[in-house]
Amino acid sequence: MALTSARGWQFRQPSVLPGFGLALGVTLLWLTLIVLIPLSGLAWRSSALGWQTFWSLATDPRTLHALWISFGCAFLAALVNVVFGVMLAWVLVRYRFPGRRVIDAMVDLPFALPTAVAGIALTTLYAPNGWIGAVLAPLGIKIAFTPAGIVVALIFVGLPFVVRTVQPIMEEIDREVEEAAATLGANRFQTVSRILLPDLLPAVLTGFALALARGVGEYGSVIFIAGNLPYVSEIAPLLIVIRLEEFNYPAATAIAALMLMVSFAMLLVINLIQAWSRRRYGYGA
Amino acid sequence: MDVRVKDIRKEFSHLPALENLSLDIRSGELIALLGPSGSGKTTLLRLIAGLESPTRGTIYFGEEDASSKTVQERNIGFVFQHYALFRHMTVLDNVAFGLTIRPSGTRPPKAEIRRRALDLLDLVQLSGLEKRYPAQLSGGQRQRVALARAMAVEPNVLLLDEPFGALDAQVRKELRRWLREIHDRTGHTTVFVTHDQDEALELADRVVVMSKGRIEQVGTPDEIYDAPNSPFVFGFIGESNCLPVRVESGQIWLEDRLIGLSAPGEADGSARLFFRPHDIELVDGCGGCLAGIVVQSRRVAGTRHVEIEIGAGRARVEIEVPPQKAIGEASRLAFRPTRFKLFRD
Repeated sequence: MALTSARGWQFRQPSVLPGFGLALGVTLLWLTLIVLIPLSGLAWRSSALGWQTFWSLATDPRTLHALWISFGCAFLAALVNVVFGVMLAWVLVRYRFPGRRVIDAMVDLPFALPTAVAGIALTTLYAPNGWIGAVLAPLGIKIAFTPAGIVVALIFVGLPFVVRTVQPIMEEIDREVEEAAATLGANRFQTVSRILLPDLLPAVLTGFALALARGVGEYGSVIFIAGNLPYVSEIAPLLIVIRLEEFNYPAATAIAALMLMVSFAMLLVINLIQAWSRRRYGYGA
Repeated sequence: MDVRVKDIRKEFSHLPALENLSLDIRSGELIALLGPSGSGKTTLLRLIAGLESPTRGTIYFGEEDASSKTVQERNIGFVFQHYALFRHMTVLDNVAFGLTIRPSGTRPPKAEIRRRALDLLDLVQLSGLEKRYPAQLSGGQRQRVALARAMAVEPNVLLLDEPFGALDAQVRKELRRWLREIHDRTGHTTVFVTHDQDEALELADRVVVMSKGRIEQVGTPDEIYDAPNSPFVFGFIGESNCLPVRVESGQIWLEDRLIGLSAPGEADGSARLFFRPHDIELVDGCGGCLAGIVVQSRRVAGTRHVEIEIGAGRARVEIEVPPQKAIGEASRLAFRPTRFKLFRD
């Protein structure tokens, strides 16, 4: 054992790319300042609560419901974004039409727009007296001030993540692969469903993960459209703010820690799936 | 299956890529389309496949007019230069793909598909690798998977687009021999595109030499090499020399000298004399020969290549002489072509 570990991984490896030590040092320092210290502060604060307190705060029905809304809506929105984001990327990559560049640029708007503006705009549209809300209201469909409204807002902010991760991979698709499928007798539908889409899977997963993460943490746009009714349409980030305003720091910390754990677990799983599929398909390696 | 290409013309945005081209491919034949880049050989192959549609003309598969059929309906096997394997599928799934996507009426049962795919992998000598992914194979192995995949659908004709172009020289030679063996065993009508004349001459039953969207010559490798019918083919296939000469009453003149070659029946006038570097004999003294100053002498494997400047025009030719013959630079050398061909301008 001792022998093998001594001959195992070496820190210094001769390389044509110098500066590994320096680069790693700067990276770690940066990550520590920006990410690790705030997060460990959170962990330290919540561990100071003690297990009993933490558990009772965490299992508070209102908290649980807010978490459920946050993750559930983000998940749904990410799913919708995967479907339409891939379609949008497909149209942008595969077809040449007037206005393509404009649409391409518009995809990035949700990145740039202040999320509050997006929230207010969506609320105006989807409220029962708004353009779209007025059409849906007679059908008994209510979007604004319900969890459905949250999903709509999260779809808006998450869309560019899917499009922008899938688009470059789609552009690299080899025409010959499609032609090969055609010569083997595959029709267009079979080529798309059995060759092209599976090939995009790793990129789609990345886009999904990014959109999901963005949705879970989204605050600005959601609070305008959600209506923020406790036990109905209240998201976890909002509940944190509410607890803070009540000077109830332990509760705020507990919710934050829970969100952190769930998010981390989900992203880790997605990353593992990606790593596995990447290895299999031979990207990069 | 016989494949006949009749009066095909293909334009890409009004620029002709192929002009009124006809070609008969016999069933079971291994045929090479050979030409420099831009000669239209790949376009012709893609037209046969149905990946492009002709501007004018007809393509027959057997007696049937296949021109209006889609790629899918033509039932061909196509192998791409860069393999074009499905990277998210195992080797076995790649090979089986053409069978698994058939409509349920004509699709063989699962076990049968698997058996056929495994048989093909055995044929291309990749048994045991069926669970690998394309990324885990070498270039030569990938191309063999691509060939097995193309053969799985039992194609009417097998079309290969520069199949060995992306491989290194050693693997290329191996695969060449191996492709010939596979062809002899399976008997598929096969057309392959190449710009490598060694490949074409070594592998094919018949070679189609193409240039600028036209067919220059069709023939067996021997015919193509020994009896080129145009200056282009003479210059493109193998090594050759070209000298501007004159014909006068059946005798060939270079500048003001008789070169000791006669061309009975040729009309008087200027012409170009083509001969191969190895089709010469060295002569002493010069009562009718080609003679000149040695510019360079290089030993290449089993022969010596000697470059000579001839006459006042200083036309350069290269000839091959036995390696043991000592040749000093700037020395004078006389020779006479033993086989040659005249092309009139």
